[in-house]
Amino acid sequence: MSSWLKVVLIAGCCTAAGSAVADGTRYGYGSTPTQAEIKAWDIDVGPDGKGLPVGQGTATQGEEPYLQYCSACHGEFGEGVGRYPALIGGEDSLDQDRPKKTVGSFWPYATTLWDYINRSMPFGNAQSLEPDQVYAIVAYILNMNDLIEPDTVMDQNSLPRVKMPNRNGFIPDPRPDVHNKACMKNCKDKVEITSQANKLP
Amino acid sequence: MKKYPPAPLNKTNVTTSVTTDPAKRRLFLKSGLLAGAGLVSGSASAASSSNKLLPHWSRHLGPGVASTGYGVPSRFETDVQRKTLDWLRARRESSVSFSPLQSQHGIITPSGLVFERHHAGIADIDPNSHYLLIHGLVERPLKFTLSDLMRFPSVSRIHFLECAANGVLNYPGAQYNSLQFNFGMLSCCEWTGVPLSTLLKEAGVRKPAKWILAEGADAAALTRSIPLDKALDDTLVVYAQNGEMLRPEQGYPMRLLLPGWEGIINVKWLRRLELGDKPWETREETATYTDLMPDGKARQYTFVMETKSVITSPCPENPMAGKGRVSINGLAWSGHGRIKRVDVSVDGGRNWRTARLQGPVQNKSLTRFSMDWDWNGEVALLQSRAIDETGYVQPTMAELRKIRGIRSFYHNNSIQTWLINKNGEVENVQLA
Repeated sequence: MSSWLKVVLIAGCCTAAGSAVADGTRYGYGSTPTQAEIKAWDIDVGPDGKGLPVGQGTATQGEEPYLQYCSACHGEFGEGVGRYPALIGGEDSLDQDRPKKTVGSFWPYATTLWDYINRSMPFGNAQSLEPDQVYAIVAYILNMNDLIEPDTVMDQNSLPRVKMPNRNGFIPDPRPDVHNKACMKNCKDKVEITSQANKLP
Repeated sequence: MKKYPPAPLNKTNVTTSVTTDPAKRRLFLKSGLLAGAGLVSGSASAASSSNKLLPHWSRHLGPGVASTGYGVPSRFETDVQRKTLDWLRARRESSVSFSPLQSQHGIITPSGLVFERHHAGIADIDPNSHYLLIHGLVERPLKFTLSDLMRFPSVSRIHFLECAANGVLNYPGAQYNSLQFNFGMLSCCEWTGVPLSTLLKEAGVRKPAKWILAEGADAAALTRSIPLDKALDDTLVVYAQNGEMLRPEQGYPMRLLLPGWEGIINVKWLRRLELGDKPWETREETATYTDLMPDGKARQYTFVMETKSVITSPCPENPMAGKGRVSINGLAWSGHGRIKRVDVSVDGGRNWRTARLQGPVQNKSLTRFSMDWDWNGEVALLQSRAIDETGYVQPTMAELRKIRGIRSFYHNNSIQTWLINKNGEVENVQLA
C-alpha cells in the first residue's frame, strides 16, 4: 500500500470514528448533529412548560384560527363532529356510567394540549401553525372549557400554570391487581352465560 | 383455518386425456419438451379409453421461475386479509386493522398480515432522507442513518406485539362472533435491529436521565415516554421483520420494539429519542392509553401486556367440522416472559386439563398450545387459561371487571369463552 493511501485511510477512519472508539467500548458510528438540526426537531413540551417557544395568544384571538383549522372536525363549540373527539364537556363524569373524557374533564396538563396541537394538528397538515396561533387555539379551547377568561394571555409562563380539573386524576399502575388461581377440578358449582354475541341487548 | 371442501373431480377441473384435445397437444409439442411430451402422449394414447381423472395442473406446465419477483400467496388464499371496522374511528388514517389469527399457522405472523394501528396514516419514508436523532441528557448527541444502524452487530428476536386496546370490543360484553376482531390486534414476528442500549452507549447517558421520549416521523409525530430501565434492558431499534426490511405500515425504515409492552409505545417511523429526567405526559400517555377505574381515577404508564391466551380453532371463524376427535389449538403469550402452562376447559371453567405446548417456548413470544378432545356433538363452553413463568394466572373477565369496572377498556387479558353449538357453530359468549 502506498503511503499516501495509508494517510487517506487513517484520516477517513478517524474522521468517522473520532475519539469514540479510543477506549474500545464504542463503535463510533453515526455522526454529530448540528445545534440547528437538534433545535429544528426538538419540538416537545413537558408538563413544566420546558420546550414552549416564545409567543402568546388569547381565546379571543383564537376564535378565528379555531374556526378555520379545527371546527370542521371538533365542532364550532368543541362538541366534536361524528367520531372526531369532543374537546369540551364531561365534567364530573369520570366515575359515571358514561364517562366523557375531554380536555376539560380528563387532560391533566394544559402543556400537553399545546404539544399535541403543535406536533400533529391540523389533521393532515401537521406542524403548519405558528407558535402564536397554537397559543391562541389552546387558549380558545381552555376558554371553551371555562378554565381561563377570554382575554387571559397564554404564553411560556402562564400556560404551565393553568390548573386542569383532572390534574390529580392519574395513579400509577398497581398490577398485578387480579389474582386467579389455577384450579383444575370442580372449580365452580354452576356455569352461567351472561352475555352472547348472538343475543345482543 | 380456511375450509377446504373437496370438490368432485369433473370435466371443469380435470383433463381426462391430452389426446382428446388437439389444441392442447399442439401446445405441449411447441413447448419444446419433445421427449417428455412424446412420452406423455404415448402413454395417454395407450390409455385413451380410460378416464384418468387428472387435474390440469398435473398435465400442463405452470409459470416459470421468477414469474413473480416477489412471491404472493396462492390465488386460493386471497380471503386471508387484515380487516377493519369503519365505525371504530373517524378515519382509516387514524384507525386499526386486525390480523386474521384464525388463519395463522405457527407463531409467526406474515409481515403483510401484521395488525396496523396508525394515527396519521402510513408514512412513506425515503430512508435516504431519514435519520434517528439521539439527544437531551447525553454526552454526545448523535444522528444515525439507516446505514449507520446496519453497521452495528444485529440481533434477531421473536416477540409478540399487542395493542393495549386488543379485546376492547369484548369489554362491555360479547358483541362480535369473531376471533379476528376480538384478538387480532396481536401479531408475532422475528425482529432484527440494534439493542437501544448499544446506541445509548454510543451517545453516553448523562445523569439524571431516567426517561426517554420516543418520537415518530409520521404526520402524528407520535410520542411516548419510556423508562430508561426498559430502554437499557431489552428494547431494540428495529429495521427488519421476518427476514426483510420493515414494511411501511410497520414503521419503515426504523421503529422501536419494547418486548412485551403495549403496542403504542413501540413507536414506528422512529426519528428522535430525547433523554430527560421525567416523563413528558404526552397525549398518548394521558388522554389516551390510560385505564379509567370505577372511582374515576385513571391508571397511567400501564406498560406490560399481561399473560393471555385464546383458542384459535375452533373459534367463530373456524367452526366444528363434525363429531369425534378435535384438536383444540390456540395461542398464549406474556409480556412478563415465557409461557409456563396452558390449561383448557370444555365445560366453562368447571374442570381443566393441561394442554401441550409446542416448543421452543420463547420469551415474550406467541406460544402454540393444543389439546385433543372428543366432541360428542353436545353444547360445550371452551376456554383456555395461560400461566407464565412468574406464576401469574390469566384471569376471568368477571374477575377483571370486579377490580377494574366496565370503563377500563385497555389491557384486557381475560379468559375467552367460545360456545360450541350443536350445529358446530362457535359463538362468542361471556360467563358470570
